[in-house]
Amino acid sequence: MIRINCPYCGERDHSEFSYGGDATINYPSLDASEKEWTEAIFFRKNIKGFQFETWHHSNGCRMWLVVERSTVTHEIKSVKPCHPNLQKVVENNK
Amino acid sequence: MKTRRLDNYGKINRDKILSFSWDKKNYKGFEGDTLASALLANNIGIVGRSFKYHRPRGIFSSGVEESGALVTIGSKDRRDPNVRATTQELYNGLEASGQNAFPNVNFDLAGINNYLGRFFAAGFYYKTFMGIPPLEWGKGTAIWMFFEKFIRKAAGMGSASGLPDPDTYEHAHDFCDLIVVGSGPAGVAAALEAAEKKLDVILVEQDSLIGGNQLAENDFDNSQIKNQLENLGIKIMTRTTAFGLYDNCVVGLLERVTDHLSAPNVNIPRQRFWTIRAKHIIVGAGAIERHIAFNNNDIPGVMTVNASKHYLNRYGVLTGKRIVIATNNDSVYETAHQLSEAGANVTVLDSRTNFEIETNKSFEIRKGYVPYNINGSKKIDSLDISKNETINKSETINCDQVLLSGGWSPAVHLLSHRGVKPKWDYNNACFLPSDTKENITMVGSSRGLWNKNDCIASGIAGTTDALNRLGISKTNYFFPKPGGWKNPIQPLYEVKYKKSRSKSFVDYQHDVTTDDVRLAHREGFISVEHLKRYTTLGMANDQGKMGNIIGLSLMAELLNKEIPEVGTTVFRPPYTPVSIGALSGRNVGKHFRPLRVTPMHQWNIDHGAKMIEVGLYQRPWYYPKENETLSDSYIREASTVRKTVGICDVTSLGKIAIQGPDSTEFLNRIYSNDFSKLQVGKARYGIMLRDDGIVMDDGTSWRLAENEYFMTTSTGEAAKVMSWLEELLQTRWTDLNVNVTSVSEQWAGVSVAGPKSREVLNNCVDDSLVVTNNNLPFMGVTSTFLKGNIPCRIARISFSGELAFEVYVKSDFANTMMDLLWANAKKYDGCLYGLEALGALRVEKGHVTAAELDGRVTIDDAGLSKMASTKKSYIGSAMRKRGVLKNNDREILVGFFPTNLKETFNAGTIVCEKNNIKGQGIGRITSVTYSPELGHWIGLGFVKGGLDKWKDTNLVGADPVRNKQMNLKVVSPHMIDPKGERMYA
Ligand SMILES: [Zn+2]
Repeated sequence: MIRINCPYCGERDHSEFSYGGDATINYPSLDASEKEWTEAIFFRKNIKGFQFETWHHSNGCRMWLVVERSTVTHEIKSVKPCHPNLQKVVENNK
Repeated sequence: MKTRRLDNYGKINRDKILSFSWDKKNYKGFEGDTLASALLANNIGIVGRSFKYHRPRGIFSSGVEESGALVTIGSKDRRDPNVRATTQELYNGLEASGQNAFPNVNFDLAGINNYLGRFFAAGFYYKTFMGIPPLEWGKGTAIWMFFEKFIRKAAGMGSASGLPDPDTYEHAHDFCDLIVVGSGPAGVAAALEAAEKKLDVILVEQDSLIGGNQLAENDFDNSQIKNQLENLGIKIMTRTTAFGLYDNCVVGLLERVTDHLSAPNVNIPRQRFWTIRAKHIIVGAGAIERHIAFNNNDIPGVMTVNASKHYLNRYGVLTGKRIVIATNNDSVYETAHQLSEAGANVTVLDSRTNFEIETNKSFEIRKGYVPYNINGSKKIDSLDISKNETINKSETINCDQVLLSGGWSPAVHLLSHRGVKPKWDYNNACFLPSDTKENITMVGSSRGLWNKNDCIASGIAGTTDALNRLGISKTNYFFPKPGGWKNPIQPLYEVKYKKSRSKSFVDYQHDVTTDDVRLAHREGFISVEHLKRYTTLGMANDQGKMGNIIGLSLMAELLNKEIPEVGTTVFRPPYTPVSIGALSGRNVGKHFRPLRVTPMHQWNIDHGAKMIEVGLYQRPWYYPKENETLSDSYIREASTVRKTVGICDVTSLGKIAIQGPDSTEFLNRIYSNDFSKLQVGKARYGIMLRDDGIVMDDGTSWRLAENEYFMTTSTGEAAKVMSWLEELLQTRWTDLNVNVTSVSEQWAGVSVAGPKSREVLNNCVDDSLVVTNNNLPFMGVTSTFLKGNIPCRIARISFSGELAFEVYVKSDFANTMMDLLWANAKKYDGCLYGLEALGALRVEKGHVTAAELDGRVTIDDAGLSKMASTKKSYIGSAMRKRGVLKNNDREILVGFFPTNLKETFNAGTIVCEKNNIKGQGIGRITSVTYSPELGHWIGLGFVKGGLDKWKDTNLVGADPVRNKQMNLKVVSPHMIDPKGERMYA
């Protein structure tokens, strides 16, 4: 029963969110090679401990978030918007 | 055994007499009784039969650890099996019966299993029926399947009613600073301390009364405690079990709201399933008394010592006349004293030789003695005892009851749910809870404290710990040391009796004996987790609350290890069983999942639609006239569309508004085909791929203005596509200036299809010039008005292959639009058509839907290569030509005809070569329909190598599920109007 502190909506139950995936991937450009895309899509680290992952507040504000979560304890260290402009808005409102 | 009610004992309400029935005979009890105490008061000793051997079983305990007195409560649709008689409160009219016995628990024909014991040892079912010689020969599974139903019947406990549950259940949520589980001295002390420090506290108690094990004391009165708790504003939840702990201090509770009432109020739920979010959890769940394994230790009349104390002091029932107590610890002496005061003749066998205990000599203590065999079958006749465990010199005591106390196991279950492993305490011969970083604190005897003052001190310390962790205080505290008895416990788990056919039970409910554990070890099951599964020890619905430690100690002895080295199995939720009804709550029947209807839902029904579920949506399936069947109806509807005109509700399609200066660039990146030059006022069909090059969805996008598009998606993928577009814009292409908004609910859509569709629409729009072939050519889009000044969007798009339009109005105008279109369609002998006809029309045209685009299909597989641009890069373009996706034996979209045109086939049919009908064949049929235009059945599907390879070959359609086979030929998927001329009309 994870709770995620959405920067826009506040602390909400994880059932309001959908899991995205690894938030650290740099997707290659659309004209990049098959090899680069294969690396980006199929190769994943299996991290024990804190990892950055994306979550979508699909039953809330619809914001995509970067969540820093422990895969062992589910402890969440940080939550911020994926979009850099939204990150700035959140920072300025602190 | 002779059990009876005493006049001057117990806290039951003797003014309120309750009648109940046991195995169809009527009895009386009092308010405050449990079913178990009422049965004992009526001298009913045998209440069930055991799982494998069908041995008579009595009442072992007075609480949730009960593994003998599992009964069926209620009848018909309210029949509830496997209820613990020890926790079921008595009510007037309660109907209870024994289970796992035929014809009844006193005379059970299957009791013969008891004499076939050696055939029923550990792993018996696996060994005998699942492929051990001579039943092997590769047929083990088939043999198991044949015998399984008989075995299940023979071995099952109670059975469910099989009828719909008439009761309602509720899901509820609450928040608090501190939740305290258990209302014994520790829990109450913790709750009071916390409330005084201004915390918002919930106190949870599984019993109907607060007090915990104090309820077994003869002078205990909880009314003052209750007042104190209430005055401090503590929320007390009785009849509520904390069945599980979860992440972030979430506690799952099951509240039994009406299970103790004879006439439940239909307006309140039977049970409530609570999710509590606390900031801190204190668990004072108590400890559970263990039994001791020795021969025939399951004969009715065997009970834990603490249970007999409960029956005496809480329910006023004396459980025996000549009682022998066998123990290895100090906890039994108060009970022994009280039982003898109540009139029983009591003897205590204490396995320890060196200890001091204060007594008034009202009972005999035999130091160094242990029990090793009970004589009797349905009741206890006598007990064989021996000085020390090696049994050389023995004597026999006449008795009618044997009470056992092999020590106490702290209830560490809830902490174990969080993955915290308990640690073994040699001094107290029990597992103690370990510390955890999570905000959970264990108090009272669930942290191994045996006396009341220590428990109270630990409760206060627990709250101080909570306050410190919550940052409210920084106070030093300490917990009392585990233990608290004057003399140390001496471990005693089993007294061995080397006589053939002896049965010393470890797990009463699953009939697991000490010999089963040894056998499992001999056969190589040396891990405790394997042992558990092989013998099923601890896997009954008491989850081994009494027997687990005995099993572990036997394993330790066999492995020549200490108990902590053998380990303990992990306890998992629920602590006690939770009914499926409570888990589902109100999400049953029509409320099982959300229902989505289109704005013209009622209009469709009023006009004769039969509805079908598509995802969450209710969509018109077909519109039968008079006695038409589904098949009559859709064939007529599809023919009418091809002949004149039909109207179909297509509102369930996903609709997304795409706005902003970079909208065109955005669409050009997500669609495989080119969107860079789509003019304003035009629509285009597009395909989206996933990153890995597989087709995600298809739909149309309409360019309404320079920087504005209206996108439609398939019904099923609408939500996924919306999230996908948001993900791309928020995570990958954050420089693009585009906004996406779901407008699926805002627009009502209808398809007007058929040669007469333009005439119909012409009569419905304000300005008839807007829909002419010149002004609205194929794939043209216009924003205009329907008659009555209703703003609408029209696109000339065809799914059926005919001249066709999609018309969208704001949802509020849906009915007006339908009235208008239908009034005009009728003039041309048009029809309303549903999903079945829509399907027939698109299969005839070879248009793919979710049945074909199943997440495995590439754009080339779907025969849509021309939709993949070679002039640009887009999502999936790099990956769609990778490795396996390039193979030339991939399954390609084709059409199918039966060779004999009178034959039919079904979706799911496997396509095979004539002389090679096996496995997955060379393809599959995904969609079928009767084609009104062609006059026979047709199908869409896939075949390896596609049309070019199989054009002139006779193939076979194998349908093993329906036991059907037919000859097939492969044709082009464009089965009618292959050049697509009609839609340009
Ligand atoms: Zn949000």
